Amino acid sequence: MRRVRAWAAVAAAVALLLTGCSSGKTVDDGKVTLEFQSLAWQKESVDANKQLVKEWNAAHPDIQVKYVQGSWDSVHDQLLTSFEGGEAPDVIHDASDDLADFAYGGYLADLRDLLPARLKSGIPQRSWETTTFGDGVYGVPFLQEPRVLVANAKILRAAGVRIPTPAKPWSWEEFRSVTKKLSGGGRFGVAWPLKEPVSATLNLSLSAGGRMFHRGADGKVTVRFDAADAVVPRTVHDQAGPDGSASGATLGMSGSDTLPGFFAGKYAMVPLGFSYRQQIVQQAPKGFEWQVLPAPAGRDGLAQGVSPQTLSVAQDSPHKKEAAQFIDFLLRPRNMVRLALGDWMLPTGTQALKDPALRTTKNDWATGTALAGGLRSAPAQSVRGYPEWKDKVATPALQEYYSGSIGLGELRKRLVRDGNLVLARYQR
Amino acid sequence: MSRTRTHTRTHTRTRGRTRTGIRPSRPARAGQSLALLAYLVFLAFPFLWLISTAFKPPRELASLHPTWIPKDPTLANFRQAFDEQPLLRAAVNSVLVALSAALVAVLVATPMAYVMARHRSLLSRAATGWVVISQAFPFVLLIIPLFLILKNLHLINSLPGLTLVYVVWSLPFALWMLVGYVRAVPRELEEAAAVDGAGKLRTLVSVTAPLLAPGLVATALFAFITAWNEFFFALVLMKTPERQTLPVVLTHFLGAEGVADLGPLAAAAFLATLPSLVIFALIQRRLTGGILAGAVKS
Repeated sequence: MRRVRAWAAVAAAVALLLTGCSSGKTVDDGKVTLEFQSLAWQKESVDANKQLVKEWNAAHPDIQVKYVQGSWDSVHDQLLTSFEGGEAPDVIHDASDDLADFAYGGYLADLRDLLPARLKSGIPQRSWETTTFGDGVYGVPFLQEPRVLVANAKILRAAGVRIPTPAKPWSWEEFRSVTKKLSGGGRFGVAWPLKEPVSATLNLSLSAGGRMFHRGADGKVTVRFDAADAVVPRTVHDQAGPDGSASGATLGMSGSDTLPGFFAGKYAMVPLGFSYRQQIVQQAPKGFEWQVLPAPAGRDGLAQGVSPQTLSVAQDSPHKKEAAQFIDFLLRPRNMVRLALGDWMLPTGTQALKDPALRTTKNDWATGTALAGGLRSAPAQSVRGYPEWKDKVATPALQEYYSGSIGLGELRKRLVRDGNLVLARYQR
Repeated sequence: MSRTRTHTRTHTRTRGRTRTGIRPSRPARAGQSLALLAYLVFLAFPFLWLISTAFKPPRELASLHPTWIPKDPTLANFRQAFDEQPLLRAAVNSVLVALSAALVAVLVATPMAYVMARHRSLLSRAATGWVVISQAFPFVLLIIPLFLILKNLHLINSLPGLTLVYVVWSLPFALWMLVGYVRAVPRELEEAAAVDGAGKLRTLVSVTAPLLAPGLVATALFAFITAWNEFFFALVLMKTPERQTLPVVLTHFLGAEGVADLGPLAAAAFLATLPSLVIFALIQRRLTGGILAGAVKS
């Protein structure tokens, strides 16, 4: 008897579940409802996004925006599935290096005719290039971060080295000799977190004039590895190898993994994204003095590749115009500043960059802001076949070169010969 | 030594009943215990580390020499985790989905498994083969068609839809497990019941079902844990924050390029493991094997 009653309860529970919580789609009454999928994840940034949505909804009763939380970790697969299933959010937050597939696949709306002139002219052309694929523009680049050197101020002071500024940065040779000077007694001058060696190397190489990817007259892209391309890789290789001024252990680490050693004084400097300052403020031991220095400069000054965060509109969205209006609102200079502060990053908008909140010396905002002019599109992010080149050819080749198991000649051979074979397959 | 020999001799006399009585020598036993202990430590390490992390303030998390016991234990991570993410609602969703998936999977799989185990025909062999083959499909291959099917059924963004996916997802393996358990119940017991005058239904309810209990529990547990831990379907199918499950909500503590909010993530992950621990603790008593040993003379 008891058993019968238990099963009846189970059946009732299942029935209740199956009927009780079916999806409830709200019926619109002339009102437009947009879905905005944001990847903001840290409290300050989530709060900023949600607050902006709230303000928009209050001012636009006819165009309501629903905040949907996405996740950086799996955004590509999740978006791809939603696009295929016709259920993609209207406004999509992502990064420019993730957009190529979606843009070429026809999933994203070309924004050229949708965006107002104010927004178009408020963001510099070099930033728009990050989201231009073929003839179309498929996202609005709005937040970006330079790679900077985060330094242990006490160690630098004690060593008496010249402190570089955005106006007078170190050259790559000077950087190498400084790290040598800062090393010794179990300490390394620098810890390169190169878990993703390719993007770091390519982006920093722009400063030395390295481009590696060259588009020919026929529109086809080939890989070359010239003297300018070798400057950054050789510096890292020499520091980790013969100089002993860079830790070999961190070559496979992510930025966060190097922080404990940095706080403990094991490394004098760590090249990190500008937004890592938030983690440093949160985690640094009391009394730890740190400062932000510009990455070394080369032939092309402080140029650096970036893949900004972007806002796009789904091609399938029935409300593209309204979605573009919402993006325009989110990216008004004042709002862009709020988003930038929430993420500890730099806004792309020229007006937003002038905001005093981003010019303060507190947490070295000013140093980063001064570097914004050098940021341009990461090389190769729009090259078809780049992800495969990166994973199969460049990542292992650079890792082996940095760890000293192959030389520069072999590195060049692999990047170029093997690399061009991969690219050729995509460009037939 | 002599004791062992006596024991073995006694055992030889009763051979045919059970072989489990053979005891290894003392050093061998010590070795076994040591290996077991090492295995336990190996299994427990990540979980203990998770607990330790959950109670550490940010500064300790970035220490070069981490300690097992937090020097300055704090509940701030838990507070932050609850403040920032709707953990409770996600947990309720997860429990609802995982329990229903486990129940439905067992309800559907049991009769199927019985038929497949007892009535061996070409069809049941083919079905078994298909079940094994279906395990070979990677889920990324299934997700887009599945998404489209669920969309047509208006089951996107609904907990019953997700439950259905989990039932279908765990069914093949559940079925396979249960077929093994049904086969282990000797047919002779059912025949004996029939001889004693029990009808088919009576036999199933009073003889077979109780003997299958460990199998049902194991299968339910498997289906529950599969659904509880599943991330990708939940991520793709559930859009509204109110309907997201725990694994999806946990990723909101992760940023780009592997940056993570470690403390709150550990706190939330620790809480997320508790329900499965509790459920396991509650039903593991039923997971006893070997009740059938000696049921029939063979």
